Amino acid sequence: MRRVLFSGKFIGVIQREANIDSDRAFKNILYISGIIVLILVLGIFVSLTLNSFPSIKAFGMRFLTGKEWDPVSREFGALPFIIGTFLTSFIALLISIPFSLAISILLGEYYKKGILSSTLNTTIELLSGIPSIIYGFWGLFVLVPIVRAFEIKFGISPYGVGIVTSAIILAIMIIPYSASLGREVISLVPADIKEAAYSLGATRYEVVRDVVMPYARSGIFAGFLLSLGRALGETMAVTMVIGNSNLLPSSIFAPGNTMASVIANEFTEATGNLYFSALIEVGMVLFLLTTVINIIGRIAIKKMAFEGGQ
Amino acid sequence: MNLLKIRTFKDKLFLSFVLLFALSSILPLFFIIFYLTKQGISAINWHFLVNLPKPVGETGGGISNAIVGTFLLVILASAFAIPIGIGAGVYLFEFRRSKLANVVRLSVDILQGIPSIVIGIIAYLWVVKRMGSFSALSGGIALGVMMLPIVIKSTEETLKLIPYSLKEASLALGVTYQRTILKVILPAGLSGILTGVLISIARIAGETAPLLFTAFGNPFMNINLFKPINSLPLLIYNYATSPYPEWHKLAWGASFILIIFVLLLNFIAKGIAKRWKVQF
Amino acid sequence: MLRFIKIFFLTNALLGAVVLYAGNKDIELLGAGATFPYPFYSKLFHVYSNAYNVKVNYQAIGSGGGIRQLINKTVDFGATDAFMSDKELKKAPMQIIHIPTCLGAVIITYNLPNRPKLKFSPEIISDIFLGKIKMWDDKRIKAVNPGVKLPRMKIVVIHRSDGSGTTFIFSDYLAKVSKEWANEVGRGKSLKWPLGLGGKGNPGVAGLVQQIPGAIGYVELIYALSNNMPVGIVKNKSGKYIVPSINTVSLAANIKMPEDTRVSLTNTDAKDGYPISSFTWLIVYREQDYGGRSRDKAKALVDLLGWIIHDGQQYAEPLHYAPLPKEAVKIAEKVLKSIAYDGKPILK
Repeated sequence: MRRVLFSGKFIGVIQREANIDSDRAFKNILYISGIIVLILVLGIFVSLTLNSFPSIKAFGMRFLTGKEWDPVSREFGALPFIIGTFLTSFIALLISIPFSLAISILLGEYYKKGILSSTLNTTIELLSGIPSIIYGFWGLFVLVPIVRAFEIKFGISPYGVGIVTSAIILAIMIIPYSASLGREVISLVPADIKEAAYSLGATRYEVVRDVVMPYARSGIFAGFLLSLGRALGETMAVTMVIGNSNLLPSSIFAPGNTMASVIANEFTEATGNLYFSALIEVGMVLFLLTTVINIIGRIAIKKMAFEGGQ
Repeated sequence: MNLLKIRTFKDKLFLSFVLLFALSSILPLFFIIFYLTKQGISAINWHFLVNLPKPVGETGGGISNAIVGTFLLVILASAFAIPIGIGAGVYLFEFRRSKLANVVRLSVDILQGIPSIVIGIIAYLWVVKRMGSFSALSGGIALGVMMLPIVIKSTEETLKLIPYSLKEASLALGVTYQRTILKVILPAGLSGILTGVLISIARIAGETAPLLFTAFGNPFMNINLFKPINSLPLLIYNYATSPYPEWHKLAWGASFILIIFVLLLNFIAKGIAKRWKVQF
Repeated sequence: MLRFIKIFFLTNALLGAVVLYAGNKDIELLGAGATFPYPFYSKLFHVYSNAYNVKVNYQAIGSGGGIRQLINKTVDFGATDAFMSDKELKKAPMQIIHIPTCLGAVIITYNLPNRPKLKFSPEIISDIFLGKIKMWDDKRIKAVNPGVKLPRMKIVVIHRSDGSGTTFIFSDYLAKVSKEWANEVGRGKSLKWPLGLGGKGNPGVAGLVQQIPGAIGYVELIYALSNNMPVGIVKNKSGKYIVPSINTVSLAANIKMPEDTRVSLTNTDAKDGYPISSFTWLIVYREQDYGGRSRDKAKALVDLLGWIIHDGQQYAEPLHYAPLPKEAVKIAEKVLKSIAYDGKPILK
């Protein structure tokens, strides 16, 4: 039974809900759709864990700290890929921060409407829509020669491909995610506290610095976490420009591999159960990592919703 | 010096920095689209669109099977993701107060964050290994799983915007719950749901990683769901990493087609969101 | 709601009908594996599909991938330049047989200004790929290349990022000629490379060498020739410097082939043979009645293999692969006759 409210006052009940078979069946279908999603995620976790088992049993913690990925002697240590993933993603995040913040502030505070606003908004959406394979392809043919020319000029090994190139491509790819979330939270800062600051004689810059940013802090942080999560899992664009070396990268100009790219490279041919299972364990580590970052981001957004309400 | 002057200067400086950084992020988009168009458009001709790929070193190859393949994979993924996605979206909205719904909502978020390569691993383990062969079906399922969170979320968000009075009125008139949802609520939110579907299609049309070990690729035309199939992103990946200039040219042409398709979908989605939106 | 369900099922039925129709026309064979012979295979299968009603879908994912997918029974045949070891064969679910298809050469290619013709000794190759020789104008390289102007550039090593038969052939050779290589790296399809960048497939390595100044890599001969890249001249066991070609590869194959066709040609004893040559094989299960395979499909597979070792050989030389020597063809025919369906040989 459903209570019907009008202007907050109770005025009656609806008695027909879930009383007839078609309604009950329909509700069951809805339940099932929801549960399918839950089962799907649980199933993914279980599958990954089960199939990683041989590798977990063989290596234990050594898997995460081992530097050698050796299919010949069947010693699998995933540290080079973990380092590669972290290096590329964090450098990408760092590069993207000024651009993303600038866009959020510009669109959330200065130009909420108008031609500039809609152009920039459309640009951001288009950037997020470009498929990653095209980013990789463009990166391989345009960015890599540029980086190579730079490396030649400065006497660094002229690979062109490598950690730094991947980080640059990733940065371009993740800007839209943090920019649009940042824009949303900044535009939601209540006008009254901003006006209070203006009435005290603050300049626009000071209002942004001392009122808007602290208020929107958690939301912006959540946006960056979202970007980070995207960068951690990106596969194709990275695989094409990272240089595919299973060694610990010696510098950011060196080639490397990320957890995602090593799976893409070696999955179809992992001969032997241990090799196969080791790669799946890499997939599981990646899954856990992205899930954790995701959840922290959600908590940050929730926190912002509460704080903002004050 | 005058404190006010310093502060005003800082204010103007800040704005210029913000403008500089924000506007320079438009640059990569233009570079990419410009380069893609320049390289790609010269490859596009009738043969390119209609021919099958040719062996290594021979000219005149085309991308027809990749275009058909992408199309088929999108249809497969949608067939899987749209019913379940809308269903789950309605569930999350209708039962939003239940604890189970919160857990499901968490699962949707987790699902959205899973890297596409991991989804590819799962599709390989669940479908390819069990079926004993690579297939368009496994690729379609992998892509469908990736579409799911986007469809679910946009459905839920759309439903949130529909005023409760609509549902109330329908139920008060004696319409069954099932019909209320299907014939009153969902049509009212059609624009938002459709937008979500189109956006999710645009997202998966360009996905390569999940197809590497599911759809696998095929030099021939194939519309059989149980056989391997080619697709635009797979073709681009294989040709781009090769050393043959003819193949590079084909890859640019294919990229051009792909990006036109994706941008078109985004454009249509926005148009629908604006024009078909039911005003309350 | 009802209308939606009706339309949904109608579309599915339509798709199903299309699928059934499409499925009935041609027999399709799925193969995966080596990139080493890929130009040869892609030509072969293209010709075959035009001549017969059999479509062969071959995906060049690397020899390791070919072996893996055959073991998983997700493909009809695998292709590998690294024949399966006894250990690998024991682990397979059923008996696997090898059919040689052609011969190729793993050559050294490099990217230097003015494209000099360079000679390499086995020790130099091994030390370059171990990272012990770091610069192009190293005195050891200069010593075997008198009169060639070598620039002072860093050597950038390119290897394979995927599981590769080409890598196996190359490392098999290096393990034979260098004790240090045998101890530190060993032979295999995927190696723990001491240094360098990884390229995907033979095409990936060729692409990287093409683009990076000072790069050196190992690829099958055709990949260097078709991209106009320099080919290194290598000193063989008899001390002669050999230019890789169809001729010198065929000479290296002048060796007794065992009944199961698995033989390594590297570091050949043949006086004028190219030292990094190899057969490449297609691998299938001897008993074809598994996983619901039809007799027609098994027969189509055997016919394809038979065509490749006879009529298909004419397509090898134009692509710079060496055709199978007569003795190899005879032994391959015997192996083919052993392929059976439900216990009975398919070929009479």
